[in-house]
Amino acid sequence: MSFPILPETPDADLVRRAQGGELKAFEALTSRHEQRVFALAMRMLHQEQDAEDVTQQAFLSALEHLDGFRGEASFSTWLLRIASHAALKIIRKRKGLNTVSLEEATEPADSLHAVPHPEFIADWRQSPEHLVEQNEVRRLLDEALARLDAKHRLVFLLRDVEGLSVRETANALDLSEGNVKVRLLRARLQLREDLTRALGDPAQQLVKSHHHPE
Amino acid sequence: MKCEELLAMLNEYVDGTVDPAVCAEFEQHMAGCNPCQVVVDNIRQTITLYKDGQPFAMPVNFRTQLHEVLRQKWKEKHPGGPAN
Repeated sequence: MSFPILPETPDADLVRRAQGGELKAFEALTSRHEQRVFALAMRMLHQEQDAEDVTQQAFLSALEHLDGFRGEASFSTWLLRIASHAALKIIRKRKGLNTVSLEEATEPADSLHAVPHPEFIADWRQSPEHLVEQNEVRRLLDEALARLDAKHRLVFLLRDVEGLSVRETANALDLSEGNVKVRLLRARLQLREDLTRALGDPAQQLVKSHHHPE
Repeated sequence: MKCEELLAMLNEYVDGTVDPAVCAEFEQHMAGCNPCQVVVDNIRQTITLYKDGQPFAMPVNFRTQLHEVLRQKWKEKHPGGPAN
């Protein structure tokens, strides 16, 4: 007996059915999440072949370890976790570093004080709704993202693009929540700085370094 | 609240998870500090741009290959399982 798989069938049900040996349930899970995993890998690696490798590895690994998945996290968070670590592995390999781990670069929470102060401050010439349609803006976004450190980029992508919570992002990357917050702030500020230099209205640029009394 | 303190609270404010009392202080600071107001707007716009930007489409050929590889692996893992 086989129940139909509907768009509203929850992931958790599909996981249980796949764990029970139903290939169609696993295929449905793959179809649901493959695009998201691929997009994350592309934004991390900027290279299609590597992104395909990461996507395939992530789903093969999910298939392999499906029985061990107990639903502590959602299936998509679990997958993004696997894909994130696979992407980092490729980045390390590119750099010729085999031993650098995500945790090794841990930033103490008090490094909040060392967060760079915004420099180029100006209103943008256009709203995001207008900008998002433009090809040149897309390239700009990709380039700004590529300039971020991998550890900052990954936190930004999981939290702000994929919509994971701070806690889920921390779990996915084996980081403390404090660490996720610091990295997220750095990523957001650096992207803001880069984008504002390109999209901001120079005529409306505000004083470069301002100090406001209490 | 000083600009630096606002910067440290930026995530929580933008994500709407800041304590209401701190939120009021934050907004009071922004009302009197245009650069901070603009930075907060910029950050929101930055997040929106990335979130709503076009995703990278997965190549169709790769999708076919991926599903084939997974079916193969599934068969290895479930020998003699029902051919569903």
